[in-house]
Amino acid sequence: MIEPGLYNYWLCVILMMTGLYVVMAKGNLVKKVIGLNLFQVSVIMLYVTMGKVEGGTAPIVVEGAPDTIYSNPLPHVLMLTAIVVGVATTALALSFVVRIHEDYGTIEEGDIAAMEEGR
Amino acid sequence: MSLFAQLASLTVQAGNGAHHSDAQHAAQHAAQHAAQQAVNWSEHLPALQIALPLLAAPLCVLLRRARLAWGLAMLVSAGALAISLTLLGRVLALGEGGAISYHLGGWQPPWGIEYRIDALNAFVLVIVTGISTVVMAATPRSLESELPRERHYLYYAAYLLCMTGLAGITITGDAFNIFVFLEISSLSAYALISMGRTRRAVTSAYQYLVMGTIGGTFLLLGIGLLYMVTGTLNIADLSERLALVGANRTVLVALACIVAGVSIKLALFPLHVWLPNAYTYAPAVVTAFLAATATKVAYYVLVRFVFSVFGTPLAFDELHLDALLLPLAILAMFGASLVAIYQADVKRMLAWSSVAQIGYMVLGLALANESGLTGGLVHLFNHALMKSGLFLVMACFALRLGSTRLEDLAGVGHRMPLTFGAFVLGGLSLIGVPMTAGFVSKWYLVRGALEAGMWPLAAAILLSSLLAVAYIWRVVEVAWFREPATGDLRRAPLSILVPAWILLLGTLYFGLHTSFTVGTASAAARLLLGGTP
Repeated sequence: MIEPGLYNYWLCVILMMTGLYVVMAKGNLVKKVIGLNLFQVSVIMLYVTMGKVEGGTAPIVVEGAPDTIYSNPLPHVLMLTAIVVGVATTALALSFVVRIHEDYGTIEEGDIAAMEEGR
Repeated sequence: MSLFAQLASLTVQAGNGAHHSDAQHAAQHAAQHAAQQAVNWSEHLPALQIALPLLAAPLCVLLRRARLAWGLAMLVSAGALAISLTLLGRVLALGEGGAISYHLGGWQPPWGIEYRIDALNAFVLVIVTGISTVVMAATPRSLESELPRERHYLYYAAYLLCMTGLAGITITGDAFNIFVFLEISSLSAYALISMGRTRRAVTSAYQYLVMGTIGGTFLLLGIGLLYMVTGTLNIADLSERLALVGANRTVLVALACIVAGVSIKLALFPLHVWLPNAYTYAPAVVTAFLAATATKVAYYVLVRFVFSVFGTPLAFDELHLDALLLPLAILAMFGASLVAIYQADVKRMLAWSSVAQIGYMVLGLALANESGLTGGLVHLFNHALMKSGLFLVMACFALRLGSTRLEDLAGVGHRMPLTFGAFVLGGLSLIGVPMTAGFVSKWYLVRGALEAGMWPLAAAILLSSLLAVAYIWRVVEVAWFREPATGDLRRAPLSILVPAWILLLGTLYFGLHTSFTVGTASAAARLLLGGTP
């Protein structure tokens, strides 16, 4: 059913949908951030997977072996940046959650909405 | 691809220069090098456009004093404006279809990162840096009432980072670079919004962060799929190779991911949920800045991907993007305008009106003919002017009345005539009354709709303008014909009033002298519809 070469892509899709579901379905602001992280990580995995070349080795030139197959290093390098972006986003999101907790005393989306409407 | 990689490549380049000079030629080479360095400043303007604000941002943090940080930010902002005007002049001097290509660190384009400036993004750069400069002039006075003075330096740092990101998205010719700059601008925008006075500001910023990150990640996903198919990230290279690949499923999914991701940042109708809250609860000057730049740059990204990367045959003939975007644009025009009519807070009303105006711009894109696209791009410019002007007027009200709620504006037309006069001028332009800038863009949109043979669409544009009359009139009625509250009200501070008037007189000027806006926009539209950049 699933071709062995596509195994990783299926995992990416599953992870991606899990992440999106958590972001949308959970009312807890921290859980939402976790969902967001899952979603981002799935894309990072997708990039890393596409850089893999079958039988490829680390992309460092092997002297005297012109036929060596190398993996594509570019997607990996790109993902270093994406990971940094993810860390920054998570940090900022969590700092917002801390401030929301200070102001409202709760981090449940429903409670916050109720407090705003109740004013 | 990343900023780090860019910096690294710059250092590598510098290293190569040093390595090159052998012992016997050292002195000679050094002299040549110095001479080269001396002339090269003007060649490196595209890099400076990004590097200046990027380096100034941490300097603002080090300076600490609000005055000093503001002075630096103002200087850098004005410098960036001067650079982008110079670049626009150079691009237009190259004639139709001309572009400046700048290779970061001297690496050749398909491998290295290219900054590519053509008529389209030179135009958007001028908007971003211009609005940033004008709003920056109004910032200190307005911010005093919203943020403790000892935290102002952080505001200026975030502001400069946001401008760097927006200018970077615009200037770069590399798809992954767009994502990186998008995240830089978004992260700083979230921080700016959270600096608002009420606790709602933080929840709005959080909501925007969640949606914005989903949008950014979808864009990343789309770019990754394009890379899978073509093996390149350079936009010019991408478009050439995609034309050869044709419409297979991966390309289709890539287009879907990119359009969905960018539409979130653009606040296209069903994905606009973050915008009204963010604009309402952000500090007044942040709203004036973001409303005029962030969504506009997102529109630019959408235009760039649809026309330059995918190209009209792929995006419209094979994948029928117009069938998706046209209904959404019309829904935005009517739906958001209707919601705007029922808002109790004028700032929020203007935010909803922004969602509607984005509908007009997307309509221009979906028409995919020269007049329509020209209309969309001209509206990008005109709407930036009027919305940031109007939000600066809101900053005046917030400062003097302590509120922007409609009921608090009763009689304000008599108490603050100059400020409210500016509002009326902006409102007329928003409606699209002849002789204002709003009329010019709607004129081209209507022409585009007629050229496409869709006259009901032309009627829809005119009808939805009537909704704008309704929501602007509500404010005018309350402000002029209601009994004013008693008590003396001081005139709005000149440092906010003058920038607001500059922007709104600008809408009047560009309503009468259309050669700059329409000339540049139609050149850009021809370039986009002509295929590869």
